[in-house]
Amino acid sequence: MNILKKHLIDLGSKGFREDGRGYDEYRNITIKYGVSAKAAEGSAMITIGDTEVVAGVKFEVGTPFPDTPDAGTIIVNVELLPLASGEFESGPPGIDAIELSRVVDRGIRESGALDFKKLCITPGEKMWMIYIDVYPLNDDGNLFDACALAALAALKDARFPQYDGTKISYDKRTNTPLPLTDLPISCTVRKLGDKIFIDPSKNEDYLTDSRITFAINKDGTLCAMQKGGELGLNVEDIKEMARIAIKSSKTIRKELEKK
Amino acid sequence: MSYTKRFDGRKADELRPMEAKVGVVKNADGSAMFKIGKTIAVAAVYGPRELRPQFLQNQTKGILRCNYNMLAFSGAGERVRPGPSRRSREISMITEKALSPVLNLDDFPGSVVDVFVELIQTDAGTRCAGITAAAMALAHAGVPMRDMVSAVALGVIDGDIFVDLSKQEEDYEGSVADIPVAISTSTGKVTLLQADGSFTEEQLGEVLEAAKGACEKIKELQVKALKEVYQGAGEE
Repeated sequence: MNILKKHLIDLGSKGFREDGRGYDEYRNITIKYGVSAKAAEGSAMITIGDTEVVAGVKFEVGTPFPDTPDAGTIIVNVELLPLASGEFESGPPGIDAIELSRVVDRGIRESGALDFKKLCITPGEKMWMIYIDVYPLNDDGNLFDACALAALAALKDARFPQYDGTKISYDKRTNTPLPLTDLPISCTVRKLGDKIFIDPSKNEDYLTDSRITFAINKDGTLCAMQKGGELGLNVEDIKEMARIAIKSSKTIRKELEKK
Repeated sequence: MSYTKRFDGRKADELRPMEAKVGVVKNADGSAMFKIGKTIAVAAVYGPRELRPQFLQNQTKGILRCNYNMLAFSGAGERVRPGPSRRSREISMITEKALSPVLNLDDFPGSVVDVFVELIQTDAGTRCAGITAAAMALAHAGVPMRDMVSAVALGVIDGDIFVDLSKQEEDYEGSVADIPVAISTSTGKVTLLQADGSFTEEQLGEVLEAAKGACEKIKELQVKALKEVYQGAGEE
């Protein structure tokens, strides 16, 4: 077995993590809103420990999808820029970026936090398309939670641009925020050896055997799940991971609700 | 008006009618078809074979590579544009993650086991049907396997648990959580778990228990289909 992995498992069996944190402890979380305010309709930069992610929101007008003529949509795109880590390569999004994009999207979409019907401009003809582009700037682990947090913060920061029915005036922003009714918090729980913990650091991230990312609404219900990793999980572990995720999500929710 | 009676009259823990057949693609090293309700998945396995290009090879053991695809005419509505989409790439990845825990590829360094999953007709539960078919195909191909994997999509609709959602149920106007699960049936370990839609922590526990029972039923069919290939061989 990989020397580092064995080391982390040994530490874990003594009740320790590499950086001395508890199994349910997040690293320091910071959120800065409006970091690209002159350009993006909404933006935010967040950090979880040394993991740093920036996200921006851009509004566009498009034609509604045929099966939902009275609704708008969000489009989430996470790109793993080579600048953020020696492990990321240039080129079109690989499966890791795609998974991140789709998992962040699912958390927001399935929570109903943003009523897509309120993004309809003219049924069957025009809808708002909310583009959320998320870029890690430094990967020190836990990109699932960090990207979701950045996306949410950018959505909170977003204001509609002026729209006269035909053209968007990007240089004229309104004071109207997005109709967000909830903030679905993403909490990824990992298992390494027989230890379960949240907020993995970079080494913990790359070496863990399995993970589940949960999205949690403010009333404690779950609205999305994604299991990853090479090993199966037994049902007891999954229930425990859900319990820890729901409890730990309150930490992030508190940060996000400040302003 | 909450959802208590299913659109097709099934009981809450009842799966749609299923069919499983092994050896449907003669060229493949292993293959299988799995049909559940109107969803039909065909899986073909080629390998272990040499993995090209070489830089993708793992020198300590073989790798599993899965490809999930829906045929253009497989959906009830509009044509599905051919080619990989972000969704199909994600499903390919989770299919691989659902199956690799039960495979032992230590004896095949530098090799790949390619699994191709094609959906001929889709009516919800496609990724689960694909995984179920792929597991049979891998067994048929003689790839060393520790256990069978069976998969099914469960749902939480208006607070109640239902096994094997149909497309109509997925699209139901009320509160629907769609939860695909794959289980390595002898060990009871979950190798695929996703969800979209709201549900509580308690309901998650109930879903996982219901999944175990449903996957046992699917496994019976998978094992029967595999045995049928060899039945008759003793009589010659």
